[in-house]
Amino acid sequence: MDIPKEHLVDMYETMVKIRRFEERIRELYFADKLPAFDIAAGLIPGEMHLAAGQEPVAVGMRPHLKAGDAITATHRPHHLAIAQGVDLNKMAAEIFGRETGLGRGKGGHMHLYSVEPNFGCSGIIGEGIPVAVGAAMAFRHRKTDNVALSYFGEGAANQGAFHESLNLAALWNLPVVFVCEDNAYAISVPKTASTAIPDNSDRASAYGIPGVLVATNDPVAVYEVMGEAIARARRGDGPSLIEIKTDRLWGHFEGDADAYRSDEFKTDMNERDPLATFGKRLIDEAILNEADIASIQDAMYAEVEAALEFAMNSPYPAPESALEDVFAGRIVQL
Amino acid sequence: MTTTTERKLTTQKAIAEAIAIEMQDDDSVFVMGEDIGVYGGIFGATEGLLDKFGPERIIDTPISETGFIGAAVGAAINGMRPIVELMFVDFFGVCMDQIYNNMAKIHYFSGGNVKVPVVLTTAVGGGYSDAGQHSQTLWGTFAHLPGMKVVVPSNPYDAKGLMIAAIRDDNPVVYMFHKGVLGLGWMTNNPRATGVVPEGAYEVPIGKANVVREGSDLTIVTIGLSVHRALDAAEALETKNVSAEVLDLRSLVPLDREAIVASVKKTHRLLVVDEDYQSFGMTGEVITTAIEGAFDYLDAPPTRVATPDTPIPYSHPLETWALPSVDRIVEAGSSLLVAR
Repeated sequence: MDIPKEHLVDMYETMVKIRRFEERIRELYFADKLPAFDIAAGLIPGEMHLAAGQEPVAVGMRPHLKAGDAITATHRPHHLAIAQGVDLNKMAAEIFGRETGLGRGKGGHMHLYSVEPNFGCSGIIGEGIPVAVGAAMAFRHRKTDNVALSYFGEGAANQGAFHESLNLAALWNLPVVFVCEDNAYAISVPKTASTAIPDNSDRASAYGIPGVLVATNDPVAVYEVMGEAIARARRGDGPSLIEIKTDRLWGHFEGDADAYRSDEFKTDMNERDPLATFGKRLIDEAILNEADIASIQDAMYAEVEAALEFAMNSPYPAPESALEDVFAGRIVQL
Repeated sequence: MTTTTERKLTTQKAIAEAIAIEMQDDDSVFVMGEDIGVYGGIFGATEGLLDKFGPERIIDTPISETGFIGAAVGAAINGMRPIVELMFVDFFGVCMDQIYNNMAKIHYFSGGNVKVPVVLTTAVGGGYSDAGQHSQTLWGTFAHLPGMKVVVPSNPYDAKGLMIAAIRDDNPVVYMFHKGVLGLGWMTNNPRATGVVPEGAYEVPIGKANVVREGSDLTIVTIGLSVHRALDAAEALETKNVSAEVLDLRSLVPLDREAIVASVKKTHRLLVVDEDYQSFGMTGEVITTAIEGAFDYLDAPPTRVATPDTPIPYSHPLETWALPSVDRIVEAGSSLLVAR
């Protein structure tokens, strides 16, 4: 692997942090909802879309980011937010609906917004893709070399917003990297039943931009492809479309019986769990040893626990603050 | 001896002038939309801007409303102040997600941390046989959804001041210009579509209604082109010894409820005129405001003249019958006084 060691270690650490965060959210989500599942009950109410298994998509771009780069993400946003360095305490507090959250409890886990780093996500499929185009317009106007990264699932690649955004970014040669996280299922519908061609990366040719397929859920492969696409955008050579074959290890949302994926599919998927695979590879290649891995786990787990404690010890917002933040600034009259 | 001539502009030129002033002063302001460059906007709202500011800031877009309105949101989040044109409001159906689920909600979702200063300009209104997909006003639909200010100028002076206020506002502002008040050369215009407009920058505050005609017997509350229908009706009512006050709301969000209540307390009767569909819209909201704030002052049940709950028809007699008219306003106003 012709990659600086510190990048490999950073990617692994971040994978550990993401996986631990998702596992702990999952535990806390169910802890007070069982035995009879009630989606509105408990410490974390509502839908919960977790990204265990999709860590490579997030950590592979991380070493290439600069301050000010924008990310727009989806309803399944935690891995990307953590990889970009969104404040973990505030993010956890938002998921728990607390006053100290990123959005003071108004957004929840599908609507995480951060100014620094520059992160946003959305619960509507494909909604964030044009937003990345606009961010790139702003970067170019200000003559910065920042780039906008737009993440979306393979299900979103059949939305008009995807095609409109690719056309605009290509037409205007904007610094955007479009990243399709292909986890093969849009809730229950397999890609084979939704998409006319096997690889969305081939759709880049319709807009005259590079399209690259990352065929394995491997952080090193993601690192290499994203490094090239981000560098290309940064130097003003325009947008790219990347498709990464990844795995959603758990259901679409927590509580999903996941009956639409066969046992065989799930067994294979779990055997190629990218966290275990990458950890083993780093040991095999003598980048880390068992003791390093244990100490990385200790550090990352502690960081996650601290964020969860911060969240759970934070107050709920005052009920009437529901009326605040509809508009910025003074309103003449309501 | 000096002579001062008060400069007159059409509403359309007043809008373009407002945008030019703000673009001159603020490098973060830019315009994008369909046919807003070489053409100058189908309704002229960006006339002359391409020559002044060039294609980097006056950007013709493909027919791709989800893409470019979403891009305006992204640019606004990242420090720009985009003005983005949805050619006809009727086209909102192809891009409403970006408008109401995204543009209007990000500030709230972010707990006030992210600002989205987009001005969404759009042409509204009928009366020229453009049929049901190019003639709606729909301001009630936009005003119903939280997170967007909604302004509707009725004359050149307000058009310029409201545009400057909209551009400087840190919130999404939906700026709806009625085709009938623009002063376009290719459409029958209200004579008040040309008026005195000061040079230089000034703001008309968003959320403040304007008493455009004082009266004592009846309040007519309205917005957009119907302000002129109401003014014409008020003149006709005057000949019947009815003194009608006309209140131009100018904004639906925020709604100047105080002005509505104050006028009703003065005149004791309320007629609401709206070119938008009748049910679940502006007329109901204004009447409710009067009932909540001035119930004891009302001498007659409030009434309304609106477009009935039907798509806007094409054929001239059908459309003329469906849209609010001076005659219908006069009739409704007269009935209110008979009902005393």
